[in-house]
Amino acid sequence: MKPRSSTPSPAPSNPYRLSSLRRRGAPLALAGIALAVAAVVACFAYAGGWLSPDRLTQAKVMAAFDAANGVHPGFRRNHAKGLCIAGSFDSNGAGERLSSAAVFQPGRTPVVGRFALAGGQPFAGDATGTVRSMALSFRPAGGGEWRTGMNDIPVFPFRGAAAFTDQLVASRPDPATGKPDPARLQAFVASHPETAAALALIKARSVTSGFADDSYNSLDAFRFVDAQGRATPVRWSMVAAGPVVAATPAEASPDDPNFLFDAMIRRVAEGPVQWHLVVTLGQPGDPTDDATLPWPAGRERLDLGTLTIDRVEAEAAGNCRDINFDPLVLPPGIAPTDDPLLSARSAAYARSFTLRAGEPKQPSAVQLQASGKGS
Amino acid sequence: MNRPARFPFASRLLHWVMAALILAMLFIGIAMAASLTDYHRLVTIHEPLGLLILVLAAVRVINRLLAPPPPLPAAMPRPMRLAAHGSHLLLYLLMVALPLVGWAMLSAAGYPILLLGTVELPPILAPDAGLYALLRSAHTVLALLLFATFLGHLAAALAHALLFRDGVFSSMAGFGGRRAAAARRIRPRASA
Repeated sequence: MKPRSSTPSPAPSNPYRLSSLRRRGAPLALAGIALAVAAVVACFAYAGGWLSPDRLTQAKVMAAFDAANGVHPGFRRNHAKGLCIAGSFDSNGAGERLSSAAVFQPGRTPVVGRFALAGGQPFAGDATGTVRSMALSFRPAGGGEWRTGMNDIPVFPFRGAAAFTDQLVASRPDPATGKPDPARLQAFVASHPETAAALALIKARSVTSGFADDSYNSLDAFRFVDAQGRATPVRWSMVAAGPVVAATPAEASPDDPNFLFDAMIRRVAEGPVQWHLVVTLGQPGDPTDDATLPWPAGRERLDLGTLTIDRVEAEAAGNCRDINFDPLVLPPGIAPTDDPLLSARSAAYARSFTLRAGEPKQPSAVQLQASGKGS
Repeated sequence: MNRPARFPFASRLLHWVMAALILAMLFIGIAMAASLTDYHRLVTIHEPLGLLILVLAAVRVINRLLAPPPPLPAAMPRPMRLAAHGSHLLLYLLMVALPLVGWAMLSAAGYPILLLGTVELPPILAPDAGLYALLRSAHTVLALLLFATFLGHLAAALAHALLFRDGVFSSMAGFGGRRAAAARRIRPRASA
């Protein structure tokens, strides 16, 4: 090598030469370096789940949805068929003593949301018995957005992500019949007593005529946190303000595969539809980590205000289609509980959102003009 | 051969604090992208940590301009110097780009960015689901590139410490007093 003026005395041997690798100890040093790098890579792979094929990952949950429902690019992996809604929430201020969330201060908050049917098939025909959902995003002017996804069932049938995914796998269509194998579904329920108990409660619920007279429940428990940091376990519901009409089998109209959504579109064209935000306060000992269990009857319930839905819109770019109604998008004043389902929902919703955001889109089955009298 | 001077104290402190934070961040990120039950817990660490790294990266760039690193050993061959400078430039670019892409991606997704349940970060992009999908992929690709660059950095640092023994490693790793540093310097080498 070229001697440099800044080098006072030439090194006894140049450590950068390949020949220096023949030095005693060099192979050991090289092996040590390789081992260190390999160890870091192995830890990284472990953290990413690549070394644990049995670990349930977001990718596996998505794969289970695809296997059960088929692949429908651009649509949500669950609650795929939906209709955008918008309106406002008028808080009566009763929530202020429990939560410092901006949305509970007296006054009006703009709301956007989405009605949907449970299931991952965006073109499935409406059926009265299908679980209905209401997803909302409350957007106070000064920040503190609150999103919630609610269902019209009293409890959730699965305790966590593993049970949910096992059920999806069990409901995968049998290649021979094209339909889920009832024996596999029965075997799943038999091995999950909490699901069996929850399904009994779900089956016993009264089914209403449509989206407008239905009530929707948070299912998971959350914590309301007041300005002093005091937390109260809560579950909330949107309870229909208008008269409730029970569903009758006659309402299932096979000639309109979107009869539930179309009825909602017609209903809003006639005038705004309202719900009460009713929050149920948990007592010490009430389960906050298990959405399959109902809370005991007689818990204090507070009406925190009125939701008014006065607009509906078909899913399109930039509206509710592009919102992830992640149940853990919570404002200061509302916090998660120890319910493991919450994190799993958040993760699965986020992955579903990421997938569909990057996929080509096709129009939703639910369109305003198709109802005959769009708003 | 001449041995490089140590990095200034502030540079060494920034280096090691950020090394710990960035490595933790890479592991949290890869675990988060796969996990279900721990997802939310990891997200609530990942986001404020990303902002902290962005702020520290800015401090570090300023610090580097004010207090340049000691020169590399004069005997270091040119390709090795290029690799050293190039990989460091890449590390700096990525430690600034990753938090920014993360922030932009959450903005494009339309998520409110609430740090530690209290501080709301303003969006830096308007909501755009298609753009979100691109940025989300970019975040993963850049993170994997940062991890690969980190592995190269780790291997090179260990090579300086164990193979070359040219003082480059201790110019960053040394935190002892001058006497300890001097003692290391005069310690006889195994086969030099």
